[in-house]
Amino acid sequence: MISLNVNGTIHHLDVDPNIPLLYVLRDELGLNGAKFGCGLGQCGACTVMLDGQAIFSCLTPAIVLEGRQIRTVEGLGTVEQPGVLQQAFIDEQAAQCGYCIAGMIMRAQALLERNPSPTDAEIRTQMQPNLCRCGTHMRIIVAIKRASQAMGHAALPAAAVKEVVR
Amino acid sequence: MTEISRRKLFATAGALVVAFSLPGEAETNQKLPGSLSSEPRLSGWIRVDAKGDITVFTGKAELGQGIRTALTQLAAEQLDVAPARVTVVTADTGQTANEGYTAGSHSMQDSGTAIVNASAEVRSLLVEAAAARLGLPAASLSTQDGRVTAPDGRSLGYGELAAALSPDRSATPGNRLKDPKAHKVMGQSLQRVDIPAKVTGGAAYVQDMRLPGMVHARIIRPPSYGATLLELDSAKVEAMPGVLKVVREGSYLAVIAEKEWQAVVAMRSLAGAAKWNAGRALPDPATIFDTIRALPSRAIVIRDDQANVAAGTRSVSARYLRPYGMHGSIGPSCAIGLMQGDSLTVWTHTQGVYPDRQAIAALLKMPQAKIRCIHVEGSGCYGHNGADDAAGDAALLARAMPERPVRVQWMREQENTWEPYTPAMVTEASAALDASGRIVDWQYGVWSNAHSTRPGGAGELIAGWSLPEPTIPSAPVPIPQPEGGGDRNAIPLYNVPNMKVVSHFIPEMPLRVSAMRGLGAYMNVFSIESFMHELAEAAGADQVAFRLKHLSDPRARDVINLAAERFGWNAAAPLAKDHGRGFAFARYKNLAAYAAVAVEVSVDRESGLVRVIRADIAVDSGEVVNPDGIRNQIQGGFVQSSSWTLVEELRWSTAAITSRDWGGYPILRFQNVPQSVTVHLIDRPGLPFLGTGEAAQGPTAAAIANAVADAAKLRVRQLPLSPTRMKAALSA
Ligand code: FES
Ligand code: FES
Repeated sequence: MISLNVNGTIHHLDVDPNIPLLYVLRDELGLNGAKFGCGLGQCGACTVMLDGQAIFSCLTPAIVLEGRQIRTVEGLGTVEQPGVLQQAFIDEQAAQCGYCIAGMIMRAQALLERNPSPTDAEIRTQMQPNLCRCGTHMRIIVAIKRASQAMGHAALPAAAVKEVVR
Repeated sequence: MTEISRRKLFATAGALVVAFSLPGEAETNQKLPGSLSSEPRLSGWIRVDAKGDITVFTGKAELGQGIRTALTQLAAEQLDVAPARVTVVTADTGQTANEGYTAGSHSMQDSGTAIVNASAEVRSLLVEAAAARLGLPAASLSTQDGRVTAPDGRSLGYGELAAALSPDRSATPGNRLKDPKAHKVMGQSLQRVDIPAKVTGGAAYVQDMRLPGMVHARIIRPPSYGATLLELDSAKVEAMPGVLKVVREGSYLAVIAEKEWQAVVAMRSLAGAAKWNAGRALPDPATIFDTIRALPSRAIVIRDDQANVAAGTRSVSARYLRPYGMHGSIGPSCAIGLMQGDSLTVWTHTQGVYPDRQAIAALLKMPQAKIRCIHVEGSGCYGHNGADDAAGDAALLARAMPERPVRVQWMREQENTWEPYTPAMVTEASAALDASGRIVDWQYGVWSNAHSTRPGGAGELIAGWSLPEPTIPSAPVPIPQPEGGGDRNAIPLYNVPNMKVVSHFIPEMPLRVSAMRGLGAYMNVFSIESFMHELAEAAGADQVAFRLKHLSDPRARDVINLAAERFGWNAAAPLAKDHGRGFAFARYKNLAAYAAVAVEVSVDRESGLVRVIRADIAVDSGEVVNPDGIRNQIQGGFVQSSSWTLVEELRWSTAAITSRDWGGYPILRFQNVPQSVTVHLIDRPGLPFLGTGEAAQGPTAAAIANAVADAAKLRVRQLPLSPTRMKAALSA
């Protein structure tokens, strides 16, 4: 039996001692945000936050997480009331298929909590572990800057919407 | 039960689907636009419920390209309702028309054209019905917000008017579309309807579906093509916690467990217990291009223009190579199957629910009428990846565990080693210039495997290859011109009096291959536009001016001029040290969207690393329905194609595929994506929609290669332009 604090709620779970956090989140708690991408720590689709740090939930055994704070994208907001980063991703339309996006948001959230006004280079360094196959990177970077600004810390993001040339 | 659960799971605000009925046999009516020609019944596309809410039915699938949103805009505009009152039902053999595959940038041209016209016709029928009820001429009535209104202020809701319309009514020819100048919804960057759920952890993908009583399966694939199972002691695995069943049919091996992690653990254990014989040997990767060039091929002449002009004074020739590449979806393929009695339902992220159903029916030897395939989004696929195969797995495993939904997801190494790759290709070009620097002769050949081995038949699903009676893949066939497969975009749009283009189709496939975004267009445009750069250099001409000199299509000229202008194209202007600029153009398939790309890159002479600094891309997609949707597709296509061009290359040994994970198949990451990619659109109100999803792939590759040649002062004609290859070239 382990007790896991996920998004502020304590869950008492009877799970296999080797089970990675990802499978607990998805299969036991019914959360969709963290995704299976590789199970190898190579893509970041499964990224969640642990005590403020971005981690690969596919590699982290749940059993060692007693007493720690786990946050998933579900903990940042809802469709009705999106969190600041979630709203920035919506405003920038920073998704194509979107499969990578929940992981991107959690890794970005960890950055903004540590460094509220990151530079472009700092954003790229932070996001390096997470893969996007649709090529949404540029919009993800702009969305992170937009969220940083909305939190009141950064310079204006680059104009994201260009006019149609007629 | 399952449909209701799915509805609940994917409930969106808006209308309920009314009047469920299967689409009838398609009648062919050539005069009707888009896919209306194969499904002429208006109710096959548009239904109006009692409240006046609209449901749109499309046979196409949302693949992350935003089609759901664009189709919403078409219906909302032509029917004069708010977009929030429109619900789009996508590819489902139980509900929507058979529109084949969602591929080839066809969705707007086929389905969008059908839906925009069907919506306009339904609106005019509603107005006629109102005119009859009110005793007024139809021309005096107007529509807004789901109501038909008379000048005297009387009005009738769509809901009550629709009740009088026959569901069997067919579309009729004629243009009832609104004047584009009056558009309020089309042409606007309506936000994508699917993004809010995707950023908040909503159930958005087939991977997220949780049906009541659902169990989890994992497959144990053979170690290589054609390997068969020799020995297996499954007793230990069968006794593992949560394991419900080990499925073994011939060499097809899988395990089903209550929980997903239990299935993964059991899969690993079972993989350890299984003994396989060696499969067929793979070709030596070191000599793969010679192998391809030497395999028997069928020469198809796709262009042969001969004119009586003076021979050129200067000739140039070149050979270009591209490796095998991977779709590399971030989420491995997944599907859910449910066998209830003698009926099977499969939830799948296939690009073609009808062809997939046909293949599954053949695999299970079941009638197609007993199978329903429902598209649910997966991770972006960019073509034929493992989606259909996973649906085949789910079908077989649902049969092995009836009355319970069986969810199967592939592991990363299974996706990487079993997906159908995009084929390695060879092209050879030679041309002659006259004294004025004009191209007078052009000879071009492309050597390639098939670019589509999609289902169809049971032999197109890899599960079938391992069954006791193994299924056999159909003989590959070339996709004919004008769209083409390996020869897609092999015919340049440039004016050249003597031109011969030959497509060398190679039936034998050393590795499993199929369709990937752009098909042969990626390689052909890379080759042709690299070659144009080489010819312009030989002619001592400017890159942009040289292209314009050979091009008469005004829309092609417009995108080239716009990209050059926005980029600030000036070949004489100095650039930073080791920077270069490159240009490329193509009209996708020579019949879809036009795209011109200008880029600046830097080349690190020490490491060989190429970085894309900035790109300006001009696009003409005909009438623009959602400008931001097009920009998103083009930007994404540019970044993806940069990754193909700069780093991607499948690796294997003669025994097995070795690109098993992202370590063995690196793609571009954040630190190496461009600084800026700006898309400039040319809107053509009232002109046909031109497919856009694949338009950036080819021009991006060539523009980067040309910029690299400009920066490095040397030409590398083999992709990818990886640090290793560039470094070798720079130090040679
Ligand atoms: S799924 Fe965890 S890093 Fe890829
Ligand atoms: S948006 Fe599709 S993988 Fe990132």
